[in-house]
Amino acid sequence: MLQSLVQTAVAWSIPLFLFVVLLYAAAKKVDLFATFTEGAAEGFQTAVALIPYLVAMLVAIGLLRSSGALDIVTSLLSPVLQKINLPGEILPLAFLRPLSGSGALGVTAEILQDHGPDSFIGRLASTMQGSTDTTLYILTVYFGSVGIRRIRHALVTGLIADFTAFAVAVAVCTLVFY
Amino acid sequence: MINIIWLGMIVISLIAAAAGGRIDLVTETIFSSAEQAVGVAFSMISIMTFWLGIMKIIEKSGLIRLVVLLLRPFSALLFPRLPRNHPAMNAILMNMSANLLGMGSAATPFGLKAMQALQQINDDPETASDEMCTFLAVNTSSLTLIPTTVVAMRAASGSTNPAEIVGTTLIATFAGFVAGIITERFLRRFTAGKRR
Repeated sequence: MLQSLVQTAVAWSIPLFLFVVLLYAAAKKVDLFATFTEGAAEGFQTAVALIPYLVAMLVAIGLLRSSGALDIVTSLLSPVLQKINLPGEILPLAFLRPLSGSGALGVTAEILQDHGPDSFIGRLASTMQGSTDTTLYILTVYFGSVGIRRIRHALVTGLIADFTAFAVAVAVCTLVFY
Repeated sequence: MINIIWLGMIVISLIAAAAGGRIDLVTETIFSSAEQAVGVAFSMISIMTFWLGIMKIIEKSGLIRLVVLLLRPFSALLFPRLPRNHPAMNAILMNMSANLLGMGSAATPFGLKAMQALQQINDDPETASDEMCTFLAVNTSSLTLIPTTVVAMRAASGSTNPAEIVGTTLIATFAGFVAGIITERFLRRFTAGKRR
């Protein structure tokens, strides 16, 4: 019931949004086509301006993963996790989630594949995957697009928010699913 | 800060690669990751172009005033110093609405538009303003009503109830969001000296 409701809501959100926006604008006698192209013209420049920042960050993250540096940190920390009854497989996800969107998606997909989506770790991984965003990527793109170099406390803030979301995810999932 | 992090990430990786006998992977990774980055930027061109066009229509038609009105209590709390009718506020609220409704592809264009508008009222164009930090705290916590990607992934891998994690995800997201906002407010004063 909830599942089909969610899937319907997902499929309808953008079409419905466009329907309302365009009909409202037409009723207000907005010059639709000219207005759209005027706004759209900025899209190209904004996206291309991001390339240097994306290359810098994605190369560094790619190296962290392929060099095995991330695996070393994970294997050092997994005994600690097992002490608090957490499956060690969840750790790579917790590390990758703020760094790499595609990397975290890959780990989540692997966990769902290996343990099943309805296992405890499957549900926990799903909750963790959905509860935060790729902090480093967002900082890179958003600050990069306007040329900010001193990001002040933005990274620390993002990471503390991620950590909180993960800790709460573990607590809530243990309460609800364990 | 960003210099140290970037340097650290690369140097640690190089040492780990050398120690683990994976040095041959370094060059390969550099090129494949760079290519991936350019691919991400290019796929963003199409999305940005479309949604910035729609954004302009939303602004010109006056629909934006309705969104601003609906989310005013929220935005006044998050951005007390931002004038209510400033273009940055419009884009910020569109970004937050898109995120909440699960329209991720629309959220980034609105978000970048917001950053450009915030940059225009920033005294030091190389340093993040308080409002930018708050805005990023909102965005990195991915406040959303339905985690669409995860639900789809669970359905694809044969879950009997793909949407059962919606509740737990909402609670975790909201906790992260609140923690982010509080942390940002608290840390502000300590990094304010880095502004010129």
